[in-house]
Amino acid sequence: MAFSRLKTMRKTTRSNIVTFGIVILFYLVVQLLSAGGLLSNSFEGQLIPICAYVVMAVSLNLTVGFLGELSLGHAGFMSVGAFAGVLVWTVAGKSLPVFAALPLAFLAGGVAAGLFGVIVGVPVLRLSGDYLAIVTLAFGEIIKNIINACYLGYDSTGLHFSLQDQSSMGLDPDGTVLINGAMGITRIQRVSNFTIGILLVLATVAVVLNLIRSRTGRAITAIRDNEIAAQSAGINLTRYKLTAFVVSAVFAGLAGVLYGLNFSSLTASRFDYNTSIQILVFVVLGGMGSVRGSIIAAALLTVLPEMLRGLNDYRMLIYAIVLIAMMIFNQSPQIAAWRKRLVEKVRTGLGKSKKTKEVA
Amino acid sequence: MKKLICATLAAAMALSLAACGSSDSTAAAGSTADSTTATAEGASTPIKLGGIGPTTGNNAQYGVAVQQGEELAVQEINEAAGYTVFELQFEDDESDAETALNAYNNLKDWGMQILLGTVTSTPSLTVGAEAANDNLFMLTPSASAEDVALTGDNIFQMCFTDPNQGKAAADYISEHQLGSQIGIIYDSSDAYSSGIYEAFVAEAEANGLTVVAQPSFTADNKSDLSTQVAQCQDAGADLVFLPIYYQEASQVLIAANRTGYAPTFFGCDGMDGILGVEGFDTSLADGLMMLCPFSAYGEDETTVTFVNNYKAAFNDEVPNQFAADAYDCVYAIYQCVQDGVITPDMTASEMCDALKGAFTTMTFSGTTGEGQTWDENGMISKEPKVYTIQDGAYVLAEGETA
Repeated sequence: MAFSRLKTMRKTTRSNIVTFGIVILFYLVVQLLSAGGLLSNSFEGQLIPICAYVVMAVSLNLTVGFLGELSLGHAGFMSVGAFAGVLVWTVAGKSLPVFAALPLAFLAGGVAAGLFGVIVGVPVLRLSGDYLAIVTLAFGEIIKNIINACYLGYDSTGLHFSLQDQSSMGLDPDGTVLINGAMGITRIQRVSNFTIGILLVLATVAVVLNLIRSRTGRAITAIRDNEIAAQSAGINLTRYKLTAFVVSAVFAGLAGVLYGLNFSSLTASRFDYNTSIQILVFVVLGGMGSVRGSIIAAALLTVLPEMLRGLNDYRMLIYAIVLIAMMIFNQSPQIAAWRKRLVEKVRTGLGKSKKTKEVA
Repeated sequence: MKKLICATLAAAMALSLAACGSSDSTAAAGSTADSTTATAEGASTPIKLGGIGPTTGNNAQYGVAVQQGEELAVQEINEAAGYTVFELQFEDDESDAETALNAYNNLKDWGMQILLGTVTSTPSLTVGAEAANDNLFMLTPSASAEDVALTGDNIFQMCFTDPNQGKAAADYISEHQLGSQIGIIYDSSDAYSSGIYEAFVAEAEANGLTVVAQPSFTADNKSDLSTQVAQCQDAGADLVFLPIYYQEASQVLIAANRTGYAPTFFGCDGMDGILGVEGFDTSLADGLMMLCPFSAYGEDETTVTFVNNYKAAFNDEVPNQFAADAYDCVYAIYQCVQDGVITPDMTASEMCDALKGAFTTMTFSGTTGEGQTWDENGMISKEPKVYTIQDGAYVLAEGETA
């Protein structure tokens, strides 16, 4: 009965259900394995980074896949979110209960990253083409260098801040250092768990899927497909570009909070150019404009280097080869045609077996 | 289709290559295990040592040095004892906290009982907190940030903490009147460098030294350091303090030589290795002073044995202080095994409790100094030594006792 309803559903709704189903199924399987004590420490430790990277990939897909603008500074938003969220958590976590402090941390991370999204987006999204790539690239590096040079602490007299060094902050001896320059934030009370991670993934997927199927989303994809045509149809380019860009930044910030609260120390140099490119690789390999693809690619490519640990020095080599192989598998026209034929074969095969069953 | 075949072939080739590589290393490990002709029962199960450090990426040279130092020590101990005392597994962390935590979890799956790592400070803070949770003993050869030892009472350091080095360097400079106008070139994006820098400045001021210039650089713009050198020169610094690693230090020396600027250069333990920088004219390092616990040119028996064995094992490479500290780490644990503090049948947590007590009371002598002791925080106290480079070798500086 439920099955037949699934068949009569709109194609997009069915596709959404499959996407959510994958995430929920993954969660259930992991919970079951965990309850049975079958999970290795190694895999368990990667669950939260996986969730963070999935959110990063899905949110970047909004900019790259649906808006069609190349952003090379996504890790910068993650960094801003992570630092804002962890700061709020270290300060508020001491006085407030977890269920109040934690949402506050996520809120702070999301808002901070969104704010930076507006600051970067407003001047740059008026331009088109490669400019956004250049500016976001610079943005990521600037954020990294500023936070690396940033010293922040508080004592009885209030907040102290310096861009020089720790001693020039003028902190009382009994004061607390919050950000210690290149050392970043240390001794963070770890609070992220897999359930929070999955909830964030589901929220991200829900918002992104709903956004792209809405009126706004159609405007965004119209801009991607032909900017001039979209403009002549009366679409406000800057407004829609900015919407997509800021939503993307907000979720990157939330992913940053999740990530930051999973480790005892947080440094800005973690969120460098390489991280941005890594996220972009997830999006490109998963397929631009495919949310489900981003989820799967991010999860697989996060786990892969760890699975290859046994190969020692060769693991990065194999990682690169896997990337190239995946790229060919996904993008090459011949392979795509071959995949299509394969799927058809399987389908007709399944159909036949079903028919024979019915006959029997 | 052709492309697919190519890709599969390439993958297969790489896999077979990788298989060769890994079988090589297991064979090496196996040969040491084979040589153990079944001796004393109960000692047959080895103690599992885990190592974490960057063997790939930007900081690979430090991680590889530590890995080789630990491997050499384990091999020597196993051969001398006649049975497999230790089994070592070393995991790569790319000097990144996330990867380091993955490596740590991997080692836990393998059954690690004692952790000898991590090599760099940032991953140490994350891994240390996790090890403190698990009550697993952690002895780091080279993660020198003060915060590392303070993360938990199970974490001990084989190296000086950064503030200690900065303080000792400032004291030495003022005591021996090496200079009064001090210039400092440091890496503000590096925890090690800025840690030493801050303690040095505070102590230098207390000792009446004047810091006239303190230009910094970051990991992103260190390819040319001539501006920083010029800043020190313009400020009239007669001593330039370099709390940085040897590659960057070699850049500084080259830039200073080009402009004919010849102050006294003074470095810390990160300077050890400067004579091995490829394409670097070692005569430029003449007169360079450094505060370092280890000299590969030392003449005591432990050092000579270590250096000779290291060179024999690793293509004539001269060991630096990273390798020496790592080597000492394994021997410090071995001393506890010989004293009967730990036995292989203990769990990681039992071992941790036993070692915590032993390390705070024992005295250890190794390649990086004699009579080393640890305080209850896990910080080491050993005699800092100052070396001067002369004719491509380290010479103990005047006024220092060996």
